Amino acid sequence: MTLVKTKIGRRAFIRNTGLASGGLVLGFNWLASCKMTPEQVNSLPKEWFDLNGFLKVGDNGLVTIMSPNPEIGQNVKTAMPMIVAEELDVAWKDVIVEQAPLNTDIFTRQLAGGSQSIRQGWESLRMAGATARQMLKEAAAQAWQVPVSEITTKEGQLMHEASGKSAGYGEMASAATAIEVPEEVELKDINTFSIIGTNKKNVDGPKIVTGQPLYGLDVQREGMLIAMIVHPPAFGMKYKSMNAESVKSMPGIKDVFHFEVYPETVEKQWSDGGGIPELVAIVGNSTWECMQAKKALEVEWEEASKLESTAYHDEALTALLEKPTEQPARKDGDVDAAFKKAAKIVESTYSAPYLAHNTMEPMNFFAHVTSEKAELLGPIQTPEFLEKTLVSRLGMPAEKIDIMMTRMGGGFGRRLYGTFAVEAAAISQKMNAPVKLVYSREDDMTQGTYRPSYKVKYKAGLDENGNLIAWHVRGAGTNDDLIFEDRFPAGAVDNYLAEKHVLPTNVTTGAWRAPRSNFIAGAEQAFMDEVAEASGKDPIEFRLELFDRAINNPVGDPKKNDYDPERYAGVLKLVKEKANWNDTDNGKSRGVSAYYCHNSYVAQVLDLEEGSGTPKVGKVWCAVDCGIVINPLSAKNQVEGGIVDGIGHSTFSAMTFTDGKPNQSNFDKYRLIRNMEAPKEVETFFVDNGIDPTGLGEPSLPPIVGALANALYKATGRRHYSQPFISDRPPLVG
Amino acid sequence: MALFTLNINGKKQEVDVDPTTPMLWVLRDHLNLVGTKYGCGIAQCGACTIHLDGTATRACMLPVSSVGNQNITTIEGLSENGDHPVQKAWLEVDVPQCGYCQAGQIMTAASLLEKNPNPTDEEIEMAMNGNICRCGTYLRIRKAVKMAANS
Ligand code: FES
Ligand code: FES
Repeated sequence: MTLVKTKIGRRAFIRNTGLASGGLVLGFNWLASCKMTPEQVNSLPKEWFDLNGFLKVGDNGLVTIMSPNPEIGQNVKTAMPMIVAEELDVAWKDVIVEQAPLNTDIFTRQLAGGSQSIRQGWESLRMAGATARQMLKEAAAQAWQVPVSEITTKEGQLMHEASGKSAGYGEMASAATAIEVPEEVELKDINTFSIIGTNKKNVDGPKIVTGQPLYGLDVQREGMLIAMIVHPPAFGMKYKSMNAESVKSMPGIKDVFHFEVYPETVEKQWSDGGGIPELVAIVGNSTWECMQAKKALEVEWEEASKLESTAYHDEALTALLEKPTEQPARKDGDVDAAFKKAAKIVESTYSAPYLAHNTMEPMNFFAHVTSEKAELLGPIQTPEFLEKTLVSRLGMPAEKIDIMMTRMGGGFGRRLYGTFAVEAAAISQKMNAPVKLVYSREDDMTQGTYRPSYKVKYKAGLDENGNLIAWHVRGAGTNDDLIFEDRFPAGAVDNYLAEKHVLPTNVTTGAWRAPRSNFIAGAEQAFMDEVAEASGKDPIEFRLELFDRAINNPVGDPKKNDYDPERYAGVLKLVKEKANWNDTDNGKSRGVSAYYCHNSYVAQVLDLEEGSGTPKVGKVWCAVDCGIVINPLSAKNQVEGGIVDGIGHSTFSAMTFTDGKPNQSNFDKYRLIRNMEAPKEVETFFVDNGIDPTGLGEPSLPPIVGALANALYKATGRRHYSQPFISDRPPLVG
Repeated sequence: MALFTLNINGKKQEVDVDPTTPMLWVLRDHLNLVGTKYGCGIAQCGACTIHLDGTATRACMLPVSSVGNQNITTIEGLSENGDHPVQKAWLEVDVPQCGYCQAGQIMTAASLLEKNPNPTDEEIEMAMNGNICRCGTYLRIRKAVKMAANS
């Protein structure tokens, strides 16, 4: 057992906070999950006792655990409560999960992003469970007049061995609420975990497969109106005028108006980035009626800034790649001198287009703003920042703003930018009515906040023995600087230079699953393959040699290097063994790749199967080091999803522009990966090292692009430099 | 506006809507059956899949006026207690990530198995190819369809 101070998330342990007394939770069965089994439903307790903001114990021993963070499909709604349940020492079958509303008094970092929910929640979630367990033990000790140190727990039972006394948590719950919150609690020894590390099914599974309302788009309220927006058709355009009179009288239409989402007085948060300042709103009784009005409405727009096309972005990024930066992001040794004496030089440029997030559930939000209060309900990854913007936009104190999160039909970073929720609130305020704002797929895809377009140029020098002596990377992105200068192979090459450029554009961009890594990993790992080939070495051995260098004799200040070379090498060795890498006689074309991002390490081997002309992804082996795995069943799901996502976008997807206007607005033109194109099989292996857990929502995506590119080279004899690969000259996959 | 009497999940339901309204919005906005999802509105993603006389159909491009007295089944009516073999397999395999596409996936799978109880791997991939899953749960979808077929 480890003793820890309960100081972190201390406010979480003040009992009877808003959650317990405000009725916020009980009023919204919306937030309850369907994990409740029929037995649980039949035996709901008469009374719940709040031991801290994270959990309530019922008088019959059922436990409700709040899941603090937004659920976007990364499965934290199951995993986070598992951590609490583990330390509380309660049987998982006795746990009911509820989505917590935004409550900064109790919870810290209610945000879904950067694969950080588990990593950053780990300590406070464990403590929440352990604190409650301790209070239950103390209640039992007092009741039985025995020392608390003699009390043990098991699956919701308190026991005192010497006297033979025992009681369920439910029996002590009421008394436990009177116990002082302990200053220090004992955490379980990780080797005794009985819930963490076991397969637990998605707590919302039963609701999902029966089509119960769960998502923002499913919200229905008495008197609720539907709102849709009309945004400028091109980046660089803004609203000029409209003639809405005839549209206002269309069936079911309540109002059509132009409005400022962000008047100048509004204090914007980073989460408002990409928000379109002025929009037209159409409000009506039903979605279809609003869609019809939207079609009929004629709005005049005017040019406010340059109308950019993809050809311009490409040219401008290419020009930047030729230009040294004033200040390098990192410089070790002297690359120029090293290139002069290099026996071999390899040089390549990689590029990728803009991408839309395309969550399956388009952006939407419910808002009911009155002069008294504001109620917001919907899919958002950053509720805390939304609250700040709303305070300023609505002119209302935070106490009067309630924000609740629905389950989300995907996030991928898009719902970090809650501009749609601000729009919904503004429309509701204006209409003085409950409103659900709905983006059409077209609105969603053409609104912006895209994954930036990137280009990167690499140059590597090898000595006569095939050792890497120089590495120069220069990257450029639209509104983004792309390069992580302290990541591998920084620290493993004597002469190293990293430079980064930004091309400012008016096409809005934002975080997209594994920002920057989603492109740079694939480029770097494909280039690494080219360099390994030039060195005459096996691609895995070549990488391992570099890790050895970084372990034994790192270049520069090793603390600056943003990776642990031993863990990095660890996943590469593991995947090498599992995929039987040296078996080159299997008739398959294989590629390898490894990357570190979001605090986790991933290495992959991908096999392409040559079928009737076009290679198809066969099996993928994936080794992951994310420390302790909370829920292997869903962890594997995340890994598979990231792999499919990475293969899909690098092969098929692109967002392009003509004079500022997106050329793709729906799935007929924007191609997403489909069932037949997904790998035949993915086998995932986790490194079992007992290290505190790190994130898993993103890390499996970035490297797979490199593994795919390297396998494509094996299959076709041609390197693939430009994404999407399917349009990189002859179509290859699909 | 016009009055329509529809057979939905074994029940007669009346709605008074514009005849061009797609079934998707009739279900979602007028009948509060929100299990059928909106993803694209142009028959490209499969999120809105329902059964029309047992055949998987995209509700987003199906005007209410064209339904007549055909039987509509939505995810809510696929089984009494959420225990259709496909639903059970979906839970067993733990398919969903965000879950948003899954009602459509399940409806497509159920219709496939109704017509072809023992599909080959290729037939499964082909049948499920019209349903996009942005989270990339395709491997588990295939596995769950196979499991349901074998049950
Ligand atoms: S919403 Fe009907 S197919 Fe996409
Ligand atoms: S589970 Fe998210 S779209 Fe399929």
